[in-house]
Amino acid sequence: MSHTHTKYYYPYVSPFDPCKPISPKSYVTPPQLYLGFQPPNLPQYDPKEALFRGTLWPALYSKYDKKGDRGDVNE
Amino acid sequence: MSKPKTMPPEYYELLEQIQAVDFALVELNLYLDTHPQDYEAIQQFNTLTYESKKLKKQFEKQFGPLMHFGRSYSNYPWQWDDQPWPWQV
Amino acid sequence: MWYYEKKLQYPVKVRECNPRLAKYLIEQYGGADGELSAALRYLNQRYTIPGKVIGLLNDIGTEEFAHLEMIATMIYKLTKDATPEQLKEAGIAPHYVNHDKALFYHNAAGNPWTAEYIQAKGDPIADIYEDIAAEEKARATYQWIINVSDDPELNDSLRFLREREIVHSQRFREAAEILKEEKDKKIIF
Repeated sequence: MSHTHTKYYYPYVSPFDPCKPISPKSYVTPPQLYLGFQPPNLPQYDPKEALFRGTLWPALYSKYDKKGDRGDVNE
Repeated sequence: MSKPKTMPPEYYELLEQIQAVDFALVELNLYLDTHPQDYEAIQQFNTLTYESKKLKKQFEKQFGPLMHFGRSYSNYPWQWDDQPWPWQV
Repeated sequence: MWYYEKKLQYPVKVRECNPRLAKYLIEQYGGADGELSAALRYLNQRYTIPGKVIGLLNDIGTEEFAHLEMIATMIYKLTKDATPEQLKEAGIAPHYVNHDKALFYHNAAGNPWTAEYIQAKGDPIADIYEDIAAEEKARATYQWIINVSDDPELNDSLRFLREREIVHSQRFREAAEILKEEKDKKIIF
């Protein structure tokens, strides 16, 4: 099942907000929220790549970049 | 007091190979804890266990015991408490 | 019993002497959603949970100690050769005057670790859902630490730890399904 790893929402922006509004704001929705009970025989990374990614299965891999690269938008 | 020696590049290379195989074993182990009937995963687990033991034998020959309490052999003098420890390298 | 293996689960490299990052990382050492809490929570719950999921709690609890050692390694490397002046600039003089460079189980705000962080209700569903929540909270904490860290090599190890929270959460979610399973019915993938 394919799904997006990031969701967005628009907080209310007041004309009196002191900091520059971040809009939309984002949050992370990684693959374990969607996979269900893991089916057998899913494709695997080879052991070295698995180590560097932190999981043996591409279906469970979630990329994370520093906030700012991850989609929050400053208006 | 003698200064502990710096580990050579081969130490890091071999260690990383072990870390990769052992990591796949951790992943398969946790998977099998919730999928005890997956025959292929158990086969892969056993194959990698063999691979891991082989790599560790080679590592220990060059760099000393990986485990204590009788899980690894020691040369003379007692090697277990030789530096470096994992957090030091 | 446990055996120690003289290796980290994942290589920990730190590019620069930056004790300020140690101040943030201590959250995952002695904080509520940190690795110590995780290890002790799961290993403690395994005594009073159905046999079908004891192995999982045992094994994830054990892996958490390897993560605790990785966090300790990061803090050790970030502070090892820092001068008192550097520690002061990094805002960890209060830690220094009490502990020098010693690690201490407290969170980023300086509160000592407490057993109140690790719930054990004895109710399998309540406990497993607590565990799922704990993994998601730890994942979030890693995200926020990565956001304030500018050390690319440290962030590489932190991404590994964040990914582990995802896999653990997946397994605990499966454990919840196993606990819900009706007798004689197979879980459908």
